Amino acid sequence: MSALERIEKMGIDRGLLRFLTCGSVDDGKSTLIGRLLFDTKAILADTLSAIERTSQKRGMAAVDLSLLTDGLQAEREQGITIDVAYRYFSTGTRKFIIADAPGHEQYTRNMVTAASTADLAIILIDARKGVLTQTRRHSKLAHLVGIPHLLVAVNKMDLVDYSEEVYEKIKADYLAFAAKLGIGEVGFIPLSALNGDMIVDRGGNLPWYQGPTLLDILEAAPGAHADHAEKFRFPVQYVCRPQDSANPELHDYRGFMGRVESGSLRVGDAVTVLPSGLATTVKAIQVGGEDIPEAVTEQSVTLLLSDEIDISRGDMIVRSGEAPEAVKQITATVCWLSETPLDRARTYLIRHTTRETKAKVAAIDYRLDVNSLEEVPAERLAMNDIARVSFKLAQPVFADPYGENRATGAFIVIDESNNNTVGAGMIL
Amino acid sequence: MTQIITRKTLSHLDWLEAEAIHIMREVAGQCANPVLLFSGGKDSICMLRVAEKAFRPGRFPFPLMHIDTGHNYPEVTAFRDQRAAELGERLIVRSVEDSMQRGTVVLKHEGESRNKHQSVTLLEAIEEFGFDACIGGARRDEEKARAKERIMSFRDEFGQWDPKNQRPELWNLYNARVHKGENIRAFPISNWTELDVWQYIEREQLELPSIYYAHTRPVVRRGVGQNSAIVPVTAITPARPGEEIIDLQVRFRTVGDITCTAPVESAADTVEKIIAETAETTITERGATRLDDQTSEASMEQRKKEGYF
Repeated sequence: MSALERIEKMGIDRGLLRFLTCGSVDDGKSTLIGRLLFDTKAILADTLSAIERTSQKRGMAAVDLSLLTDGLQAEREQGITIDVAYRYFSTGTRKFIIADAPGHEQYTRNMVTAASTADLAIILIDARKGVLTQTRRHSKLAHLVGIPHLLVAVNKMDLVDYSEEVYEKIKADYLAFAAKLGIGEVGFIPLSALNGDMIVDRGGNLPWYQGPTLLDILEAAPGAHADHAEKFRFPVQYVCRPQDSANPELHDYRGFMGRVESGSLRVGDAVTVLPSGLATTVKAIQVGGEDIPEAVTEQSVTLLLSDEIDISRGDMIVRSGEAPEAVKQITATVCWLSETPLDRARTYLIRHTTRETKAKVAAIDYRLDVNSLEEVPAERLAMNDIARVSFKLAQPVFADPYGENRATGAFIVIDESNNNTVGAGMIL
Repeated sequence: MTQIITRKTLSHLDWLEAEAIHIMREVAGQCANPVLLFSGGKDSICMLRVAEKAFRPGRFPFPLMHIDTGHNYPEVTAFRDQRAAELGERLIVRSVEDSMQRGTVVLKHEGESRNKHQSVTLLEAIEEFGFDACIGGARRDEEKARAKERIMSFRDEFGQWDPKNQRPELWNLYNARVHKGENIRAFPISNWTELDVWQYIEREQLELPSIYYAHTRPVVRRGVGQNSAIVPVTAITPARPGEEIIDLQVRFRTVGDITCTAPVESAADTVEKIIAETAETTITERGATRLDDQTSEASMEQRKKEGYF
């Protein structure tokens, strides 16, 4: 199909899907991404010829597609991927954002970063090697960060003679350990990124596989919010009071601006404002000053309320009867992101939705060994460590468990001395 | 403004727009004194529409600013002034020529492109007004160094970007905190591609400077093969001895300093035709048209480290 025909298909718009690819260069991850981008025409000729020249300069026999994502000077000099790269492609019915996280062990923080916004994770396995420690680590992290859909792609099927037996063995091995980790639904697909089997086209080598191609799976995958009813959560970002306007009708205008993090809301619905706990109804929902009847998940809108209530940034508007708890102590799975270890004596800043509060560590319950997946005692946290930590907060936050709501269950930890983001937390 | 249609799942343009609105409101909510960089180019025109959707019926919580090299196409600067006036928002213009007069920008030779020297003028303007955040229209699909940059990107007091020491950015919890003298560059349309931009222009029926559409102008063909470009013949970029001036039907895919922006050959004179061409093209936006990015593999990264957008 030509790109133009794909554009014409735009009548059907399945929105946007963000997915993450986990695996190392050895698993053929770059080849897979390259294949997806190339077959959907997202790599253009000048980019391809530039990486061909670089590959040649380095004396490589084939084009190294990892050069597509390794954009920084240091990455090219050292031949390693340091940072998460984002790549884009569209099939006409859906737009995709790939977060490509480096597979290397010390880059847990990059994987957690990339996973935080992903709706789906592709976990790559080399068909010759089967389930490795790295596979377990990636799966555990993807599960921890709450990615709704996991897809195990058994790659390099060409190197095992496209054997169904090998594929079924890997599938059984994976399912056995996934059950232990509490991972529920997992999808599987056999493929050869090198030859393009089951990526965009089926190819002729895997006749025993009856399921959809990779691209079909990606096109049909439900978005993060699609398959369950969620409570309405609206953290207030900004308050609009255009008092100085020449238009006298706007003198009493008070618009509460934010993004619907989950659920939906219609004009007339009963809402409660936190922390005040005051109840009112929705007078109007607007975008750019114009009325709309309903606000849906992930939409940025402005809410006008029937009663005059004092509301500012950091407050949250929820549907009445569905308010989350206001908590001053939280227990969370925390990934430490900074080269400076967590200091139990210090006060940190926590940002949860649009709210900020000072926080101190109350306890480190345990650290997770990402290789053995065992819980081990810990006194300190260093970069890339994952642990269960309790914090005491100076101000309450309105939290849901991360497993129920990624937006109101997540927070970042900030070091006020340099304002760096040093930790990422998921509330239990 | 067109009516927003809501549905259970947002279309890809609605999603991108909602994300961009959210980012702009985070800048407004977290930063004391932000500014939006507006050049009159297509990406910043999209950003102004996003800002309308984010903040109307109120005024924008930031002024607009353009760093003018003095070598911009007159159609574009005229459009810039007109659009700011229509919106009733304050436009600040600071010029590279003023920095040259002050002696803070020194050209290697008279003909040197002023494009990279915009960084100096930008940093001077940031200091003059005490801005703590600059909202820009850079996209990750434009260039490989940009693909690695955060949506909220920290710059130290010298305006420098340190690509190896970026703040991790998780979920949509952006960290725009800075100490005095430091600043944040915020990129609300990071996740948009060139095609998304054109589809948004079409959907929102946004007006653009005329040079984005096919028109006939005198040009020369310069360079060969991989590095060949169509160079417009202007007072600033005259033909070189021996070059043949031809009238060609062209349009600009990106618009910037005259000395480093080249048009492409095209008959696309409507948004629909441009969208069709963009979907079919085999050359990237900057590859086709930015003479400054081809100098070396790392030229954008280098400029960004020095304070460039």
